[in-house]
Amino acid sequence: MTTMQPTDVSTVEDPIFEVRNTSVSFDMARGESNVLDSVSMDVRRGEVLGVVGESGSGKSMFASALLDAVVDPGMVTGDITFHPESGEPVEILGLPEDEIKRIRWEQIAMVFQGAMSSFNPTMTVGAHFEETLSVHDRPVEAGMDRARDLLSELYLEPAQVLGSYPHELSGGMKQRALIALALVLDPEVLVMDEPTAALDLLMQRNIIELIKQIAAERDLTIVFITHDLPLVANLADRLAVLYAFEFVEVGPAYEVLTGAKHPYTRALLNSTPNLDTPREEMQPIAGAAPDPVSVPDGCSYHPRCPLADERCVEEDPPLDADDPADDHAAACHYVERVREEIPLTLQEVRRHE
Amino acid sequence: MSSEGGSDDHVVSLRDVEVHFESDSGLFGFGGDADVVKAVDGVSLDVPENDIVALVGESGCGKTTLGKTAIGVQRPTGGSVHYEGQDVWKAKDREGDVSIPHEEIRQSLQIIHQDPGASLNPNKTVQHTLSAPLRIRKPGMDTFERRDRIHEMLSRVGMEPPDDYAKRFPHQLSGGEKQRVALIRALLMNPDLILADEAVSALDVSLRIDMMDLMLELQDEFGTSFLFISHNLSNASYIAGKADGRIGIMYLGELVEIGPIDEVLGNPQHPYTRALMWATPNLDPDIEDPPDSPLRRIDVPDPRNPPSGCRFHTRCPEAREVCTTESPDLYADGASDAEAACFRVLDDHEYWDSPELDEEGDDRTDLVDESDHGGLADGAAE
Repeated sequence: MTTMQPTDVSTVEDPIFEVRNTSVSFDMARGESNVLDSVSMDVRRGEVLGVVGESGSGKSMFASALLDAVVDPGMVTGDITFHPESGEPVEILGLPEDEIKRIRWEQIAMVFQGAMSSFNPTMTVGAHFEETLSVHDRPVEAGMDRARDLLSELYLEPAQVLGSYPHELSGGMKQRALIALALVLDPEVLVMDEPTAALDLLMQRNIIELIKQIAAERDLTIVFITHDLPLVANLADRLAVLYAFEFVEVGPAYEVLTGAKHPYTRALLNSTPNLDTPREEMQPIAGAAPDPVSVPDGCSYHPRCPLADERCVEEDPPLDADDPADDHAAACHYVERVREEIPLTLQEVRRHE
Repeated sequence: MSSEGGSDDHVVSLRDVEVHFESDSGLFGFGGDADVVKAVDGVSLDVPENDIVALVGESGCGKTTLGKTAIGVQRPTGGSVHYEGQDVWKAKDREGDVSIPHEEIRQSLQIIHQDPGASLNPNKTVQHTLSAPLRIRKPGMDTFERRDRIHEMLSRVGMEPPDDYAKRFPHQLSGGEKQRVALIRALLMNPDLILADEAVSALDVSLRIDMMDLMLELQDEFGTSFLFISHNLSNASYIAGKADGRIGIMYLGELVEIGPIDEVLGNPQHPYTRALMWATPNLDPDIEDPPDSPLRRIDVPDPRNPPSGCRFHTRCPEAREVCTTESPDLYADGASDAEAACFRVLDDHEYWDSPELDEEGDDRTDLVDESDHGGLADGAAE
């Protein structure tokens, strides 16, 4: 298990979320499967945290756990503390249903992949805004003014969008309308799980820029979850990398991109198609990610890792930094060897320029 | 050499291809003209033997329709499609002197889809799925020979041990493995061209290079050409670049730029190509690219009612008056092998004397007047 030591001391200043030893498990015929394996992570107030993981790494489970929205029969255990701007800290897991429902949308909003299924096809987009406002006891008229502001900030024609049925809008318009809907109650945190995956490149890039501006303007905290590392590379303040249901690396985005400390992160950077990386130098990652019912012992990346030895098979490395003051940590026994032995292609190219 | 069909060293040649769909306009349909969607509008494209051509564009630009037209599964409403000099649809209709039967053409032009799961029969083993093309292509093979050939191919694409994989059903395969099976199935038809339609888009980022490398190896080994369709410029650049191939950029049914990949990406001539490059995320945090959108409009216009003149003019940052009325052809600047459908390629075009468009309808400036609710428009207004 890779964990940060569960202490009362947070690893970041002014955390809005403190996630401690949180697991999500499913009982399956083939055995119990941990799709999130005792992870600990802090989210700083006002930051954009990019959570990167490939399919089946546990990233969507992490998103759902933050809202205690893991679907049955999944079981969430651990501690997730939410620190609202004002008021007492809230323990998210185990809150009564009506309280968690109130916190979702009002304080922690979410935008998930596939806006298509998030809207009711028989209601206009405007009716979704009105319903959300009235269910949460907000003045509808003032709320709709805000909705119109949000929509035009997102380059939409408010009157046209509010009067339309979901099927009358393009995918990109629907996705932007959903972001506006998530923001209409002025939440403190926005959790986004692949919010742009179904969209075209240009729309994706435009939405990323809009999210950046909105986050800065409203002191919004964003947890942006994606499999697409380049997409969050210039959006996130910090990056957290998931591999096999655990965080293997976390740090400031610039440092992770230019000096990743975990062999998996480095391999991921070297295998990601990118216009500026020389094509001959790109390398796929050998092997496959593990099945949740048979995660390898020790470091779960050891079967694919070029640095792995006996110690990696026996001992699971903790996610911590060499220096406690360092905010860039990796779960690897051999962090000091990584730089020499797994060069980062893009950085090598820059060095020789 | 055929007069219209391009030279014989092209697997397929498309000339002025049009694919127009009549769209059901429902209530408003009666009395008026039915809406016509020009999914592909006047595109010419050659796919040489043993080469890779990548087609890139946003959804709805017509790249998939063009690809299907190139492999003879979509009948064009105008223009012609030739395979090795034979008109594909004349062969189908048994019209004139048919040198290559339609059946053979269809077998020579194969496709792999974005979602390999959906294209494999869930009730059939890998062995069963892969036997079908061999029965067609090699009717003389017996069961044992077929099994050996299938095992050989599974090993070839790294699915070891092959006898284990041959017995599996699709649900027992990962996404990457399913896509490999789909690729083998296409290859066993011994095709000259494979249309790979978003074939790596559904795979995890770290698996894409592996799959594209495999296609490149097979292209080299079997001499198969690939028409690689993607909305992702990084993927297209990787596969076409490694094969020294070409890239075509499509916008609202038209080819707006085409040429050798490094020339197009190294020196893009069309403002739309530049916008796609701007939108392509970069892994290098030291490259500061401008956050402001180079587009005047974020949303793609309705393809049923495309803009007049150059179809890109409503979003183009360089558009001038002349672009709203005149439609550019593909022009070469003489310095490179690339061509772009933009007046700016021509030094002496009246474009340069044409007045600039006013800023009305520019998403980047729309918000200036109402910026009292925040600084959102500040950066974009400059």
